[in-house]
Amino acid sequence: MAEIVEPTTSPVAAVTGPAYLLLFPIPVVCFIGALLTDLTYASNAVIQWLAFSEWLIAAGLVFGAFAVIASLVELIAAEPLRSNIVGWGHIFLFWAAMIVELFNALVHSIDGWTAVVPTGLILSIIGSILAVLAVATLFFVPVAWVPAREVRNDRS
Amino acid sequence: MIVRKLLACAAVLALAGCGSSQKIDPTSQFGPNPNLPEPSRALLVRMHIPKVVGWKDGETPTVPNGFHIAAFATGLANPRQIYPLPNGDIIVVETQKSGSEPLDRPKRPIMDWMESRAHGGSGTGASNRLLLFRDSNGDGKPDGKSVLVDHLNAPYGVVYSNGFLYVADTDAILRFPFTPGQTAITAPPVKVTDLPAGPIDHHWTKDLTISPDGTKLYVGIGSNSNAMERGETAERGRAQIWEVDPKTGAHRTYASGLRNPNGLAFYPGSNTLWAVINERDELGPNLVPDYLTSVKPGAFYGWPYSYWGQHVDPRVRPQRPDLVKTAIMPDYSLSSHVAPLGMNFYTGNSFPAQFRGGAFIGEHGSWNRPELNGYRVVFIRFQDGRPVGNPMDFVWGFIGKDGNAHGRPVGVTVDRTGALLVADDVGNTVWRVTFPSAAYKMTGAQPIG
Repeated sequence: MAEIVEPTTSPVAAVTGPAYLLLFPIPVVCFIGALLTDLTYASNAVIQWLAFSEWLIAAGLVFGAFAVIASLVELIAAEPLRSNIVGWGHIFLFWAAMIVELFNALVHSIDGWTAVVPTGLILSIIGSILAVLAVATLFFVPVAWVPAREVRNDRS
Repeated sequence: MIVRKLLACAAVLALAGCGSSQKIDPTSQFGPNPNLPEPSRALLVRMHIPKVVGWKDGETPTVPNGFHIAAFATGLANPRQIYPLPNGDIIVVETQKSGSEPLDRPKRPIMDWMESRAHGGSGTGASNRLLLFRDSNGDGKPDGKSVLVDHLNAPYGVVYSNGFLYVADTDAILRFPFTPGQTAITAPPVKVTDLPAGPIDHHWTKDLTISPDGTKLYVGIGSNSNAMERGETAERGRAQIWEVDPKTGAHRTYASGLRNPNGLAFYPGSNTLWAVINERDELGPNLVPDYLTSVKPGAFYGWPYSYWGQHVDPRVRPQRPDLVKTAIMPDYSLSSHVAPLGMNFYTGNSFPAQFRGGAFIGEHGSWNRPELNGYRVVFIRFQDGRPVGNPMDFVWGFIGKDGNAHGRPVGVTVDRTGALLVADDVGNTVWRVTFPSAAYKMTGAQPIG
């Protein structure tokens, strides 16, 4: 696919673009999942839900870390992303969600109720909102940033 | 920008969750009325685990002026408890929990790693057995050593009574027919009773003693968690001292709410049971104090719902105000995170008079605070059967000047010559403290405090 990509987008971005798009929804889903399990724990205090939240946040952070690396490559390599305010907004929101959830993982390591109520739950809400906003920005990024669409663009 | 505001908000919230750093004088936590700061928890749990370096030839812990310390036995594998038999033979319990706890939370591997680092790695070969040492002339140099019982399951408490040796494995109390003087036990044991163990078995050391009249065993059973974060069912029968009938194996709860009770011993000449208790972690460097207490039959000491009487632990759900209302205060605070694992009363005659009837406590040492606490044997004087004054450092220097750990004290006991024996499960040594200086004895000098 790389040979038909526009010269403005480097071959590296052709790889990280799809990689990023593949990875970045995983933490989004994990963080929203952790918000749901937090809400459950806050309502029934059954300790298993705290463990669910912890694993979801941990998994979100691991896959999110790979997504952050991919987004860094993207930023360096993909000129359309760099030159677009929405692209910056997307990256900023996603990274912010990751930082909030990193704190959240530490708060969730408390042994019991105060791992969630109130601080962990508030951080889960903030992290989930940031993650969802990051998804929303994707509807506004230039088509050129998404290599698959870019190719189609070239042919038309 | 809104995001920046949200981030700032998150940071503030995160910090609000950790509170102050609990700066108090640790000596204000000795005795019956410890200074208790507000719970506080840093975002990252405060840890300080010294690197384990062991003892080089000639290196020893330090003891007060006039006392002398030397190795009684070296090259052991995790010696944790010492038990003197009526004939003067010494049993050393080499013990090690096998298997790791289930991976229930992401923080578990970190806690496991920390635990193994604190013990200097994976240990040294054969363990989980009772060794018998015979020191015929009482010079502190054993002239006989044998394996008394092998292939036990993480044994801890040992007690001899009336022709039987009782051994508390982590999952059962075993009874061996035994006559002091024997150097090996070949007869198979009878199981007196099962003890709560299971796949988690977080606090696995089951300490054991027997009533002065020899009719009831007492066994300490630690909790399966720090503050019930594994749920209520994991704590069934735990955080208690059980009273067990040695004949039938029937048991009842003697006292409860004791997070990790060890060092069970009856005060000499009385029917009062005493124990040292490891209290909970992750509420700050100066919470919760570990303690020495007489154990009142039927009493509830708070865990997990409250600490030091009725101070409610905010982490525990469901809350039990009905139980908290019944929680009683322990007798004597040892200060926070010292990890007392061994306790015995001084019943010998060779130490100065003020030691008689006092308590020696082996403090395994802290991990959950930036400045180390414990890593020493302390002595607490008793008057009329009650602890008085501040603890006095009796054996220290387990942490070197460079901050590395040479060893960690656990079980303490008194041999037939009146010397103090200290098990060091990281230095893999049993130490013997004597009082050779007659001149010192005659001046009646006060021990250093």
